[in-house]
Amino acid sequence: MASMSSQTLPSSVHKPFSLTWKVRLGFLALLIYVIYAAAQLDFTYARFVSGLDNAATFLQRMFPPNFDRSAILIKGMVESLQIAVLASVLGIAISLPIGLLGARNLMPSWATWPARSLVALCRALHPVIVAILFVKAVGFGALAGILALTVASIGFIGKLFTEAVEEISIKQVEAVRATGASFFNIITFSVLPQVFARFVGFSTYQFDSNLRNSTMVGIVGAGGIGGTLFSAFQRFDYDFVAAILITIITVIMIGEVLAGFLRSVFLDNLRPADLWRKRPLKAGGASND
Amino acid sequence: MTDGVTQPPRTWQRYTLDQKLLRFGIYLAMVLAVVQSVRYVNIIPEFLADAPEQMVDLFNRMWPIDWAYYPQDVNSALIETIHIATLGTIIAVFLAIPVGLLAANNYTPNRFLNFIARLILVSSRSVNSLVWALLFIAIFGPGALAGTLAIAFRSIGFVGKLIGEAIEETSVGSIEALKASGASKGALLNYGYWPQIKPAFWSLVLLRWDINVRESAVLGLVGAGGIGMTLDTAMNLFQWERVAVILVAIFAVVILAEIVITQVRKRIL
Repeated sequence: MASMSSQTLPSSVHKPFSLTWKVRLGFLALLIYVIYAAAQLDFTYARFVSGLDNAATFLQRMFPPNFDRSAILIKGMVESLQIAVLASVLGIAISLPIGLLGARNLMPSWATWPARSLVALCRALHPVIVAILFVKAVGFGALAGILALTVASIGFIGKLFTEAVEEISIKQVEAVRATGASFFNIITFSVLPQVFARFVGFSTYQFDSNLRNSTMVGIVGAGGIGGTLFSAFQRFDYDFVAAILITIITVIMIGEVLAGFLRSVFLDNLRPADLWRKRPLKAGGASND
Repeated sequence: MTDGVTQPPRTWQRYTLDQKLLRFGIYLAMVLAVVQSVRYVNIIPEFLADAPEQMVDLFNRMWPIDWAYYPQDVNSALIETIHIATLGTIIAVFLAIPVGLLAANNYTPNRFLNFIARLILVSSRSVNSLVWALLFIAIFGPGALAGTLAIAFRSIGFVGKLIGEAIEETSVGSIEALKASGASKGALLNYGYWPQIKPAFWSLVLLRWDINVRESAVLGLVGAGGIGMTLDTAMNLFQWERVAVILVAIFAVVILAEIVITQVRKRIL
């Protein structure tokens, strides 16, 4: 038996996870980088230890959460929801035509490259930075938040929608074109039906992410609960901070469940009777399907 | 409404009546949500009216861009931002691997441990990186340490969830062969799972690093280090020519990160 196993497993066999000199060098380089970067960023042991003390007092002051100012909390949360809804609708409405324009299989290059660079521009900057610019341009409040998240939505949906349109089967397009359909009929009856399912997926995902970001843009003054959260932090009202965080997390989780439900209705043709039988969303999160 | 007992339909219909009703209900709910939001959202019409004018004014102030400011403050802040993003990603990967292993039902066949791991992953993802930054600032004080930990803790959910899913999707053949030969848990991981999830693993680490480069540029706005702090200072002082330099720098780094990602992806995948 022993002689057989030594025969079937020669010592020179390639082991997928063994520490070859390449892997060792990689880990060494990683370690050197981590030490170097930590030194650059001023990480010290003393700071870490004193931080643990602070963490204890911080957590003590966070609990129990203080829901006394629920009026402010609800007002901010409702504004965040409104920002998320409007930004998603606007973003989707604008990114549809732009996404179509960017598809190389349907459009000439003079249409694709401006559409593509616009989408790339929208995607490049973080929504919060875009929100800062809009706050300076249109003043404090929900409008800046809506515009910033609209830009982010165009960047995300526009890119994915373009890719989805480029992957369609061209046969259906040719079939519709052969009937003498107009350009818009070709789009409506041969392109859009092929990408609808993926589009529902992108849109619900984007709504989800707009909801998350709408609770944040308030930090730079663009409306929603973020402003309340930031000022509570600055005033060291940690029990109110805890209340706001609990509310935000709850709302985001409800949003995730709703997005999952929407996807199962549109993509899996869920029937009302199924609602009671199976759970539309697993505990893991939205993108499980 | 209609139960399982149905006659074969005379005419073919894509959706049954209740499916149609459900879809219609969702469309109705969407329209209602939009109408309500438009009616009650707090938009000041005067601000909306002169928005284009204000935009033009903003861009006029940014021009000409103050390039001389770049070597002075922006360059070091930019390097700090990249360090925050990279170190944050590394910490996140090391913290996320055990959680991802616990979340995967085929590697850890224990419902309770799966649930705990998923709870960790969901809470990590539900808290925005800016909020993580605020929390760590309250603990460690302002600076890059808070920013790095914020990036790390925010990324655990993303990396861990995707590692868990990659492990759950592995094919069972080689795993069973290893089990039959009496392999330990660690050997299963090394020889069974790792070769199968390797491409997914590297691609998600690269993707997260790319996201983290963008995110770490914002952290400074709440005081967690990086180029965001420089941006915040320049804006508070209304030095718009400097703001323009910083924005261009962030833009360049984001593009550079994407180029690096595509190159690395070509090499290792």
